[in-house]
Amino acid sequence: MRKNITFTLNGDRVSLEVASNTMLLELLRDHLSLTGTKEGCGHGECGACTVLVDGRNINSCLYPAFEVEGKEVITIEGLMGPQNELHTLQKSFAENGAVQCGFCTPGMILSAKALLEDNPKPDADAIRQGLAGNLCRCTGYVQILDAVQKAAQDFGIED
Amino acid sequence: MSTDWIGSHRPRIDAFAKAAGKSRYIHDLKLPGMLYGKIKFSQYPHARIKQIDTSRAEKLSGVKAVLTAFNTPEIKIGFIQDNWVLKKDKVRQYRDEVAAVAAIDPDIAAEALELIHVEYEELPGLFSPAEALASGAPLIHETDPRGRPKNDNLLDLPWRFEHGDVHRAREESTFWVEDHFSTKATTHTCMGTAGCLAEFDLQNNLTIHCKTQIPYLAQKDFHQALTKMGLKGKNVRVQIPELGGSFGSGLDTHSYEFLAILLAHASGRPVKIVMNREEEFACLSPRQPTETIIAQGCDREGKLTFREIRMTLDNGAYTSWGATTPSVMMLPISSLYRVPNISYATQIVYTNNTYAQAMRGYGNPQATWALESNLDQLAEKASMDPYELRLRNRNHPHETTPMGLKITSCGFQECLEQVSEKLEWSAKRGSDRKKFRGVGMAALFHTGGGARVYRSDASGVILKIDDFGHVHVLTGGVEMGQGFVASLQLVTAQALGVSPENVHIIFGDTATCPWDVGTHASRGLFTAGNAVLLAAAKARDKIFQLAALHFASRVAANIKKKRKAGESVSDPECRTSYDPQDFELKNNEIFLREAPDDPLLRVSLEEILRQAHFREQGQMVVSEAFYDPENEMSDMKTGKGNISTAYIFGVHGLEVEVDTETGQVHILNYVAAHDVGRVISRQTLEGQFYGGIVQGLSYALCEEIKTSKGKMLNPNFLDYKIFSAADLDFPIHLECIETNDQAGPFGAKGVGEPGLVPVAPAVANAVYDAVGVRIKELPITPEKIRAGLKGD
Repeated sequence: MRKNITFTLNGDRVSLEVASNTMLLELLRDHLSLTGTKEGCGHGECGACTVLVDGRNINSCLYPAFEVEGKEVITIEGLMGPQNELHTLQKSFAENGAVQCGFCTPGMILSAKALLEDNPKPDADAIRQGLAGNLCRCTGYVQILDAVQKAAQDFGIED
Repeated sequence: MSTDWIGSHRPRIDAFAKAAGKSRYIHDLKLPGMLYGKIKFSQYPHARIKQIDTSRAEKLSGVKAVLTAFNTPEIKIGFIQDNWVLKKDKVRQYRDEVAAVAAIDPDIAAEALELIHVEYEELPGLFSPAEALASGAPLIHETDPRGRPKNDNLLDLPWRFEHGDVHRAREESTFWVEDHFSTKATTHTCMGTAGCLAEFDLQNNLTIHCKTQIPYLAQKDFHQALTKMGLKGKNVRVQIPELGGSFGSGLDTHSYEFLAILLAHASGRPVKIVMNREEEFACLSPRQPTETIIAQGCDREGKLTFREIRMTLDNGAYTSWGATTPSVMMLPISSLYRVPNISYATQIVYTNNTYAQAMRGYGNPQATWALESNLDQLAEKASMDPYELRLRNRNHPHETTPMGLKITSCGFQECLEQVSEKLEWSAKRGSDRKKFRGVGMAALFHTGGGARVYRSDASGVILKIDDFGHVHVLTGGVEMGQGFVASLQLVTAQALGVSPENVHIIFGDTATCPWDVGTHASRGLFTAGNAVLLAAAKARDKIFQLAALHFASRVAANIKKKRKAGESVSDPECRTSYDPQDFELKNNEIFLREAPDDPLLRVSLEEILRQAHFREQGQMVVSEAFYDPENEMSDMKTGKGNISTAYIFGVHGLEVEVDTETGQVHILNYVAAHDVGRVISRQTLEGQFYGGIVQGLSYALCEEIKTSKGKMLNPNFLDYKIFSAADLDFPIHLECIETNDQAGPFGAKGVGEPGLVPVAPAVANAVYDAVGVRIKELPITPEKIRAGLKGD
């Protein structure tokens, strides 16, 4: 089955036809060329495909594209300003050594954003729990946790 | 030379694009007309292939190529060539490739695989070295790679190391302890799964984008494959996208890469093969499992007297670099602590498990697991504090070990002292046993100055400077996430005298970047950094020659410009001619050594470059260097040889609390001290250690490929657990000890692998201190601790 869906993607209204078995991840990467969202497992286990739907961090590999009808989707590309200015969290990740191979980074940053939207001044435990669904094999998380903590101090300035 | 950039906290340059989601990985590459390749793997761990019927797959609309061993040339892979890209007679493991297809979309490719029918005759499988060595066991390989009949399942690669007289030393030791330690297969779990994209041009030259750490050795393997395909002499260009992690998984070429090449050639279109997560788990080579019998002894004063190790490695069905890890295990076995008598022997056994490969540490973690666990047992036997035992037997600077390793810088003592102090070792050890808390430590020894594991240990760089003072360094090294680019950028900036933002590191293209043996053995920055020092020195010579020609005229022109703009400028004391040695270059400016602060007697690097380029009989600044460290290959017979130019030491310690009801280990505090030579990029260095430690904790506490008759039972992140952020509920304290190694670029030693190496035995030793349970088989699971507490 195919149907037309309309939703907001990184601030722009998007309308297109998709098949019922298309997941949001495939829609973003293969149909809309937004390759900043990564596929790490395809089963909702690693968090590399995390995007925000109405502000919530979800695994786009398990999220049917049909479901975004009328909703607001933010991907890593949507965090940047019009001149490619990095979002506070992106900057904090880059400046605090929180990025190594970078494959988990977009998803990790979006989970951090959902966390900070919900809890602007999280303690260390809340940050750990907020990122628990996003696996990273390179960094050992220490600098990621630090980057989120530091970003929390500046958060709210841009959003 | 000033060291303004060395050791700085500057962010990694590659981090910004990655945080923006702009970096391109193999999964993101798409070419016009590209097909999607998929592989059909074996349905049995050991079986004879009777027949493969691909006729239905070939008829499926959208399928452009279907390959089996019966319609392709035979291509053997692996360093002893005992593996085939496509299997013809037999399958020997579940991941054996029996067919491959290329189709216009991934779903059609998957459907085509379902339509391929393979008829097998199942053979008895062997799933452990013990089964494979039992008398009457069937042969996994009936012949060796040269076609000679085999009589057993042993690999003809008996690594040995002998020094002194272990038999006598054991008899003369006051204390000695013998025990058995084992490790399981674990896997890299790079977040970016493996894949490649192959395409041929109209002249049949190949370009392959692949996730490799060895672009130039891979190029050689692909050349050999082209020869088998009747394309001898064609060009092979290897291009490397962002890797998405590697950890040793890219140290060999893999069947899937050759299959993409074969499919691209057969279809005349670009073909991409990307592993899904399940395939990545089940069909890539893991860290090899080991069984170790170890004995170590000491005299009354606690001086080590001997070390004897017998080790059995499960090679799996074919041979990749996993089979050579004993050559690296020899490093700690021969040289961690001063041990006068050593005997080490291995047997490597073919089984019907998946074949093993390299993974961060290259055997060192398995060896150190046995060494450092057993050392604590010895300390207890000798009634000594394990810290004191380690301190007493530590290595010293400028000594040669039994393996012939020439230790230069050595911060071992400082590492031990730092861990003891930061962990409050003497206060915490043993005293809190009632609260089920304990402390443990373990040390590591590894190559830090390149590693001559091949005949070459070389690294090439080309350095060029453009009209605008931007420096491009073309390197054969590979960035896989470890921070090679960021570190090399700082080394270049420092060595040349330019700012880091003007330095651009270009890697990952055999067509443009110079040769490098590969990014492994923690050698990337050490060797490429030294190559950059050589190339930068040449470039500076050239720049100063050009400055001697153009400096005076540029100074005069700049003064004229200022006057024209209305500035009042008095004439500086400017000579009409200069010698190259009159100049210095710093922060992108060339100035006179005799007048380093004169604001007028200086010109920018870019001005000199423009002057040099844009004239009759012009010149350019391009320099190159091929650095090959002064180390040697170890002798295959004796195992001896100084394989690295510098060695790295480290000590990890931690405090744990064990829940005696659940067996759960809770880490309270983790301390790691490393002799790093010199810090180059601080964030990068710390990232390597944090990452290594947490990977090590995963290895120690949870990771295990579980199998049933050779089939992986847990090929997903729910059942194969790695640490998540939620597990990091304890502080990690890092101490980087700078010993300024004489051979390192600005004194730095390699740091890529060491962070992982001593973690597991440190955890086991802490658990023992806490609850008196000695875990001898990784991972250290709650079940094993509970069983130990019950006295099972």
